[in-house]
Amino acid sequence: MVIFGTALLAACYLTGIWAGEAIAALIGVKANVGGVGIAMIFLIAAQHFLKKKGLFPPETERGVTFWAMMYIPVVVAMAATQNVLVAIRGGPIALISAAGSFLLCFAVVGAINRLIQRAHPTKTEDESALGSDVLQTK
Amino acid sequence: MLQMLEKTIVDNPLVTAFAFIGIVIWISNQASRYLTRGRIAGSAIAVLAGLALAYWGGAITGKAKGLADIAQFSGLALMGGAMMRDFTIVATASEVHVDEAKKAGWLGVLALLLGTLLPFIVGVSVARAFGYTDPVTLTTIGAGAVTYIVGPITGAAIGATSDIIALSIATGVVKAIFVMIFTPVFARFMLLKTPQSAMVFGGLAGTVSGVSAGLAATDRKLVPYGALVATFHTGVGCLLGPSVLYLAVKAISW
Repeated sequence: MVIFGTALLAACYLTGIWAGEAIAALIGVKANVGGVGIAMIFLIAAQHFLKKKGLFPPETERGVTFWAMMYIPVVVAMAATQNVLVAIRGGPIALISAAGSFLLCFAVVGAINRLIQRAHPTKTEDESALGSDVLQTK
Repeated sequence: MLQMLEKTIVDNPLVTAFAFIGIVIWISNQASRYLTRGRIAGSAIAVLAGLALAYWGGAITGKAKGLADIAQFSGLALMGGAMMRDFTIVATASEVHVDEAKKAGWLGVLALLLGTLLPFIVGVSVARAFGYTDPVTLTTIGAGAVTYIVGPITGAAIGATSDIIALSIATGVVKAIFVMIFTPVFARFMLLKTPQSAMVFGGLAGTVSGVSAGLAATDRKLVPYGALVATFHTGVGCLLGPSVLYLAVKAISW
């Protein structure tokens, strides 16, 4: 039944948030510490375990996937309830940090992928193709 | 008749919010398809539209909760509130397949960590350069540079104000749009050719919408590999943001 999936999701959510509260109390932070991330790990583990045991039919899974697909609409609703008026004043911060971080990340992707190609030359179709790529991007 | 319609809408805020957000996303998808030829994902346009509507609502009411301060749209506060937001994000973990995730291996983990750390450092540095010194504010803006979901979750967890959360969302949305637009442009430079390279890209570039739309415009076959690693991005960011990264910023600013 669909509700079993949603109930599993809810249980993982609650235990994750609870664990986040517990960690926060342990390290003395007055807020939830990574509860959402911990809940995600719980859900992955629980699903993996139940699927292996054959206790997670597609119908049950739909009780989880529905909410997964609702996350973009919820984020849109969340965006519509933000205090944008005040954020506009900080405009350049958003623009500069966004531009800076994506350019830095793209550069690191290029660097890592070059290292991979050098370490595993067999994985590339053609050494000369790599050479021409490097020349063109310079 | 119109009065009765208005009463119906005001009396059923959450259901109204579902219908309204559905319309916003439908219009955004149409705009994506016909105005940008699918280059900018409908979801990114919808989030921008949401922020624009929040600006409009704030301008009309002069209050802090965007469009939700207008009575007819008050259901948005519940639909887009902390509980629903965190609940749906936990649900996205169901799309991760453990066996496939293992294939990404240590390289995916490294890319994920770098993809969280580097944008965070850039965001914090820029915010610091603009005169912010409060560790909560710095962490929230830095987390926004990771993704527009990590930003508000981190901000909410450590108690940032709504205007700073909006700023961190704006940062994340601008970044997602940059990734969508510039992935095909820089694809050759990044050597985006193999599944493995797409996984590295997914980990570093973050934002699922940015990665999947950017890879779709580059090479459709690479989309699932990039998205697979990118789906971890929100989790890693939400785990590290309010904990390790916040404590690090706090330690440095003391």
